Amino acid sequence: MGTKGKEKIITVLFWFSALIIIAILVGIIGYIVVKGISAISWDFITQPPSRAGKEGGISTTIIGTIYLTLVAMILAVPFGVGAALYLEEYGRKNTRFGYALKLTAETLAGIPSIVYGLFGFVFFVIFLNMGWSILSGGLTLAIMILPTITRTAQEAVIAVPQEYRSNSFALGATKWYTIKRLILPAAAPGIVTGIILSIGRAVGESAAVILTAGSSLGMPLNITDPARTMAVHLYILAMEGISMERAFGTALLIIVLIVIINYLANLSLRKLARQ
Amino acid sequence: MKRNKINERLVEILLRVSASASVLAIIIITFFIFYKGIPLLAKVGIIDFLFNLNWNPTKGSFGIGAMVIGSLAVTLSSLIWSVPLGIMTAILMAEIAPPKFSGILSRLVELLAGIPSVVYGFFGLIVIVPMIRNYLGGVGLSVLAGAIVLGIMILPTIINISRDAINAVPEEYKVNSLALGATHYQSISRVILPAARSGIITAIVLGLGRAIGETMAVLMVTGNSAVIPDSLLSPVRTMTSNIVLEMGYAAGDHQAALFATGTVLFVFIVILNLAVSISMKAGTEDGN
Amino acid sequence: MKIKLKSEEVKVFYKDFQALHGIDIDIYENRVTALIGPSGCGKSTFLRTINRLNELIQGTKTEGRIYLDQKDIYSAEIDVVALRKKVGMVFQKPSVFPMSIYENVAYGPKIHGIKNKAQLDSIVEKSLIAANLWQEVKERVHKPAAGLSGGQQQRLVIARVLAVEPEVILMDEPASALDPISTSKLEELIGELKKNYTIVIVTHNMQQAARVSDYTGFFLNGELIEYSKTKELFVNPRDKRTEDYITGRFG
Repeated sequence: MGTKGKEKIITVLFWFSALIIIAILVGIIGYIVVKGISAISWDFITQPPSRAGKEGGISTTIIGTIYLTLVAMILAVPFGVGAALYLEEYGRKNTRFGYALKLTAETLAGIPSIVYGLFGFVFFVIFLNMGWSILSGGLTLAIMILPTITRTAQEAVIAVPQEYRSNSFALGATKWYTIKRLILPAAAPGIVTGIILSIGRAVGESAAVILTAGSSLGMPLNITDPARTMAVHLYILAMEGISMERAFGTALLIIVLIVIINYLANLSLRKLARQ
Repeated sequence: MKRNKINERLVEILLRVSASASVLAIIIITFFIFYKGIPLLAKVGIIDFLFNLNWNPTKGSFGIGAMVIGSLAVTLSSLIWSVPLGIMTAILMAEIAPPKFSGILSRLVELLAGIPSVVYGFFGLIVIVPMIRNYLGGVGLSVLAGAIVLGIMILPTIINISRDAINAVPEEYKVNSLALGATHYQSISRVILPAARSGIITAIVLGLGRAIGETMAVLMVTGNSAVIPDSLLSPVRTMTSNIVLEMGYAAGDHQAALFATGTVLFVFIVILNLAVSISMKAGTEDGN
Repeated sequence: MKIKLKSEEVKVFYKDFQALHGIDIDIYENRVTALIGPSGCGKSTFLRTINRLNELIQGTKTEGRIYLDQKDIYSAEIDVVALRKKVGMVFQKPSVFPMSIYENVAYGPKIHGIKNKAQLDSIVEKSLIAANLWQEVKERVHKPAAGLSGGQQQRLVIARVLAVEPEVILMDEPASALDPISTSKLEELIGELKKNYTIVIVTHNMQQAARVSDYTGFFLNGELIEYSKTKELFVNPRDKRTEDYITGRFG
């Protein structure tokens, strides 16, 4: 009975660990929803901030976030998917170049965002003279998310049945035609999952963005304009104690975005699993 | 026919170029991080830079010793609780819980991973910091607050990688162990976990890397005074916080010193990652 | 001759599928009993009821009684752990643990509470000797077990089973992954082991059953069609279906 009793206790401990994880998640999200819901209104979303964010809404930071994410995606997706196709479809995975690329992707994925921020600052902002801008921030973010997009696209492409290729080649199709008409459509849900996850990362990023896109509250119109994202706005509102109510509202909007993004990613993953 | 061939060739070149982009990126990143950081490291001396406790950049004293200690203090104390909790959860998901529950838990963990660091920092600032202040004393902004927030943030890394490692252990090990009269938990602790050891170590190392590089959340809850912490309740400043806090107004050697801090972080993380991917490669080889 | 194991009306269900339709069999002490039959006939399922390993598969239900030394192993007061210590099992594919040869053999004894180094040393040596492996590995018992050949790994697995001092050893197609030379070494070993153990071996190889066993049971579609002395079953099968199977007309 001794070991059995002990094992029962251990089982309880294991389940308790899951309970802690769930409690943490529910606690954080629940708290922010409860405290932030009263701050959310149509005006909060559509009005620009005034008095450094003490009053008004957060519209310019929402636009800033979307703008920056969009630029990062436009830059990163073709390169990421292209790299995946090159490695998997052109059989370059097991060459020295392929190994270098794998190591590069792993290294890029591990670099802390603050280091990306420093790099973006010195390279794009200063060396290339782009200043604090959507462009500098978007380029920096693009490099940060490149590994995620490449890796998920690679996995999606690998999962496409080999027969598609042999049958298509047997019908006389060229490699690129096969990729365009068969491989890419079949791999699309996987690629989309990677893109959605990267959007989540771009939306939430702050350390790299604050050093490359700046924290100007104005409405970014041009790609060369500086911008403040929602994440950076939350940081400044909270740290400088400008408006806790608006900080809660911003945090809630970010959380809602992340939950939606997570849901969409899961949806497209399940679509992939069904194929 | 010929046009087709040229077309194909062109596509391949284009794809090769896009594949090279990340290699090019890492080369430029490495170059610029070193180019901005090395001159000051050379001037001050790497030992002095890392271990000198006196950070007074406007007066020409560039020692990040206190921040190195700060980063280590926050990181290690976050690992102390999140590693056991993360591994326990991973074992639960892989070995004990019904698959359906594990699936749900795994989605929750994904969500935990998706929450941005500023949101964690914000939650820490308005919930955890006041709790520490009220119940444990001090100002609340502390090593402990950083350790709690950071620990939560690295849980997904630890859980996901450990769980994958445990799932990768062949089912026969368990069946054989049970057939020898071992209990389920004995099988877990004596065969399954040892067999998953390299993966679990990878999980811890990557969690450590993530913790040491994390910036905003830590910055928001640790108080940021550049002193050596004497307890879990003292405020502390990490290397990453220092960069964000001072980058806005630093110039000249001061700015160079912040870049040098970035260089140190960069080198540390790259070594950590390379060590992991090399040892993983070695691990798969002796597994056969 | 003493009956070591006795089963009565053993039925096994996997969800809606009934894998065994009431098996009654007596297994004699210090004899080798072979269970033969086409794949999917239930012989491995029956083997796994003897150490209650079927319970690991979700949705499995077992009915009936199995007596080990007159005690029903499915009764409530039986400790599964103690049962599995008495009834060892060797699987189709040798699965050595990712540790040294020594640690593999010492695994069971350590689980069962033996900590004394000298005692463990002696158990390891005795078990490896009994499994006919000692001569080949005595210089490298502390090296990883993964470095052994397939045949050596299977004998190591047997040594690992012997180390917990079982009374019954179940073997589930133990030679199916081995080359002919390793197989003949294993069969030789089985012949030696029956002096001290009761062995039940599942095999699809009829020559092997004929070579190593004293008794043979023929399974078909979840039923025990015929059970008798090996010689009788192969020379003089009573049932037409047994005859068809051993003469190669199906399966």
